[in-house]
Amino acid sequence: MNDDRLLLLSSADNVCVAIQTIERGSSLAIGGDLLQVEERIPLGFKVAARDIAVSETIIKYGAPIGSATRAISTGSMVHVHNMKSDYLPTYKPKVHARHDPRD
Amino acid sequence: MTLATEILGYARTDGRKGIRNLIVVAYLVECAHHVALEIAYPFRERGVHLIGFGGCYPNEYADRMMRQLCTHPNVGGVLLVSLGCESFDRRGLARAVRDSGRPVETLVIQEEGGTRKTVGQGRAWIESTLAALEATLRQPIGIDELVVGTICGGSDATSGLTANPAIGRAFDLLVAQGAAAIFEETGELIGCEHIMAARASNEALGGVLLAAVEKAARYYTVLGHGSFAPGNADGGLTTQEEKSMGAYSKSGSSHISGLIKPGDVPTTGGLYLLDVVPDGEVRFGFPNINDNAEIAELIACGSHLILFSTGRGSVVGSAISPVIKVCANPETFQRMGDDMDVNAGRILDGTATLDEVGREIYDLTVATAQGSQTASESLGHQEFVLTYKSFDPIGPACLPLPAQAGV
Repeated sequence: MNDDRLLLLSSADNVCVAIQTIERGSSLAIGGDLLQVEERIPLGFKVAARDIAVSETIIKYGAPIGSATRAISTGSMVHVHNMKSDYLPTYKPKVHARHDPRD
Repeated sequence: MTLATEILGYARTDGRKGIRNLIVVAYLVECAHHVALEIAYPFRERGVHLIGFGGCYPNEYADRMMRQLCTHPNVGGVLLVSLGCESFDRRGLARAVRDSGRPVETLVIQEEGGTRKTVGQGRAWIESTLAALEATLRQPIGIDELVVGTICGGSDATSGLTANPAIGRAFDLLVAQGAAAIFEETGELIGCEHIMAARASNEALGGVLLAAVEKAARYYTVLGHGSFAPGNADGGLTTQEEKSMGAYSKSGSSHISGLIKPGDVPTTGGLYLLDVVPDGEVRFGFPNINDNAEIAELIACGSHLILFSTGRGSVVGSAISPVIKVCANPETFQRMGDDMDVNAGRILDGTATLDEVGREIYDLTVATAQGSQTASESLGHQEFVLTYKSFDPIGPACLPLPAQAGV
């Protein structure tokens, strides 16, 4: 059971969204662990719902929104410092894995 | 179906059914706007709505929009107000309305003898037509006969967290029961076109969806619009695809059945993308100049009602179809609650889940179809905008084959 301050938009997601600002040093229940928050997480920012490996796809809304540029541990903020866009306007649909949003 | 969810609609002779029984007064050029307004205004609380097209030059898109709006299932009768010398095809429009089985009258100001005489004629016609509409046959409407559109306006950082995904949940419930659900704003889908194409019910449609977003990207580039602004990252959004997913989440998680353009009515239930960006070279300016221009297009595609997501707080409603406003931001709801129908911001304070708010939006959609007034209806909002655009007809891959209905 995750902290009430975190929203999991889809069961397929590996990131949660902070629905209120979470201050540095406060404790956060996530993925069965109770963690100490190392950085301030403002409203609307993403938090790793589990450990995420380098290059792993970040899933939010049940959809890929980019990939990790370094290993991200559970409870850490996920933003421009540790993930990047995979979007290319010239990207061909056939190289994109067909995903079922209902998964 | 239980009695509580039975919707008693208004049967039209073309076989469609409405959830409102309105008279539309339509001006056919800006020069007739005031006269049309004077005719309609005393009846504004008796189901008489004003729409119109301001331009004097002909435009196929505007012509088709007006025909579809004047024969919308929520409309029971139409009064056309023409100055007389504009190029709008008033006879063609009147014929389309008459052929649909609705009462229609055309008043030409130059022939009637000016403002006062036309206003008097128009008001008399409305009085008698309102009385005649009371006899409209009522028939049950199934959820599978409803068409529901969605749009967001006045978005903020909370829109993509609460109201948009909650509308997506409501869309899933509606589509599962066979309703047609329409989402749009292809310009805001840049970055998630591949994710969207993967949801298409077949590969050919996937290609069509990709092409629609590519067209939007080209169009907005010519107009000098960037997509991902540095300010987005300050709000916690990291990538283009993430930003677009916020708007896109209104579409829910059903498979996408088809792509339509303004004025195309879905042929069967399912989820549809409305391509609002004009075809061909960039002309006539921005695809949609404001939220109501988009709402008018959703209604021209047959939407019986509109689900409107707002974070900063929009107050608009619409002519013809009720607008249900889903407020994403709890602070905005505190400030502007009178204008809102659903407080999706409760998701942020933990007092409701996305699924619960999605269900509430669904239930309110049914209640509104049953006749209960939305906030914007009770406040008298009847905004309407129609401008110049141009479209090519949709191709064969855009609509589901009859055998695919409900896929």
